[in-house]
Amino acid sequence: MHWQSFSEFISMGGYGFYVWGSFGVTFLAMGLELWLVNKRRQRISQAVKQEAI
Amino acid sequence: MTENSQEVKPAKALSTFSVLYRILARDIQVALRRQSDVAAVFFFFIIAASLFPLGSGADPKLLSAMAPSVLWVMALLSCMLSLSRMFSSDYADGTLEQMMISNQPVVLIVLMKILAHWILSGLPLVFVAPLIGLQFNLGGAELQILAASLLMGTLALSLIGSIGAALTLGIRGTGVLIAILVLPLYIPVLVFGAGAVNAVSIGMSPNGALSLLGAVLSMALVFAPLASAAALKIALE
Amino acid sequence: METNTGTNRPRINWLKYASPKTFYPLAGKLIPWCAVSAAVLIAYGLYIGLLVAPTDFQQGEGYRIIFVHVPAAWFSMFLYLLMAMYAGLGLVLNARLSYMMATAIAPTGAMFTLIALVTGSLWGKPMWGAWWVWDARLTSELILLFLYIGYFSLQAAIDDKNRADKASAVLALVGAINVPIIYFSVKWWNTLHQGASVSLTQAPAMAAIMLKGMLIMAVGFWLYSIAVILMRVRCEILERDSKTAMIRQD
Repeated sequence: MHWQSFSEFISMGGYGFYVWGSFGVTFLAMGLELWLVNKRRQRISQAVKQEAI
Repeated sequence: MTENSQEVKPAKALSTFSVLYRILARDIQVALRRQSDVAAVFFFFIIAASLFPLGSGADPKLLSAMAPSVLWVMALLSCMLSLSRMFSSDYADGTLEQMMISNQPVVLIVLMKILAHWILSGLPLVFVAPLIGLQFNLGGAELQILAASLLMGTLALSLIGSIGAALTLGIRGTGVLIAILVLPLYIPVLVFGAGAVNAVSIGMSPNGALSLLGAVLSMALVFAPLASAAALKIALE
Repeated sequence: METNTGTNRPRINWLKYASPKTFYPLAGKLIPWCAVSAAVLIAYGLYIGLLVAPTDFQQGEGYRIIFVHVPAAWFSMFLYLLMAMYAGLGLVLNARLSYMMATAIAPTGAMFTLIALVTGSLWGKPMWGAWWVWDARLTSELILLFLYIGYFSLQAAIDDKNRADKASAVLALVGAINVPIIYFSVKWWNTLHQGASVSLTQAPAMAAIMLKGMLIMAVGFWLYSIAVILMRVRCEILERDSKTAMIRQD
């Protein structure tokens, strides 16, 4: 383990905003993409089920 | 224009060369009959380029530093403005379809349309850009290289642009769409074209940039007519 | 697996998966595996990148951005080329599934391009002192984003699905031929105009552990991409062929 304390880990040697910002943006975007695709899938399968009835 | 479309599908079989020559000559004739279209692109280049000093101030040093990029970007936009006309009138009156089903190679027909576009909207810029360059305080060596780079570069622009024109044939709101499709593809031409002029102005040899521009041109010469022909076939399906 | 349907039985077994109808359930089976292993690998990559890897002597802790930036940049380009490959395959074989794959790949590729741009500028602010520097790599990413935008715009502008598929396939191929040329021209332009001297990707003298973290992250992103793309291609298949009974096969 590289870090001595949790606050040191959070501050990232002064680069905290940039490092956490980057990781945050990346995983937010990926999460958002998953959510959007999933929503699209639900919408379609609902429409298909209605068609079947 | 019915008498023109008959020229393309003659009763007696013409050689490929003479058919291609007729296509080129016809395109230029038709365009010259509507002089205002050709002149509009030409004047757009002059007017738009003249706006920059009005925005930035007339400091001669600043102007000569800006000139290569300003003139080249304006050349890009001027060539792009007239792209949608490359195939659209022939598409509208059915001539294009006739050309595609004629027994002449489609790639060469497309190449002729591209050449006509270049002669009408690229080539004039080669002659007028040095005049505008004078207003931007460019020296004699820079002006020569500017004209030389535009001579090669505008042909590459017409070639690459033909792909955009063919892909968007018959689609509503074509103008902006062509810009979005084609401008990113124009970047290497801009970089090497303006780079050649920049190289001269900082006392370096422009040969590197010019030969890279030549390489881009020859790649475009090989691939662009193929891609445009494929795109036209898709549009006419 | 034995489907005794046709005369040329030996060819059916693999051509089978080129049809959307049979690909749909196969993709459905693959998605959970890819998603789970993506999650595990990304978590492991994060552990190495954020907790184990040592400080870079030149860039301090700021270099840790590369653990997301570099894989995102790789996949932004790789997915564009993959999209173009499927587009080309579609044009050659006239296979609908190939077009659907190309369509499904584009949004993920564009998202990774956007991530690479944002993380690049988050790296640039402390290192270069500016949110944007016309660095060769960042500029190429920006142009790549423009290429993706062109692909989406063309697809959106054409109403006829069949023509939209084919036209955007041609555009993707033209773009793919241009990507290396654009990259080279931007690099050339950058050296002519003396751009930023420190670059995001070449800066840290890669310690083995850093490289390992980055590669693990990249494989994680790859599996994530496969999972999302398969999910999207299933949506695409349903939207186009929804009348068939695919849903019931699940």
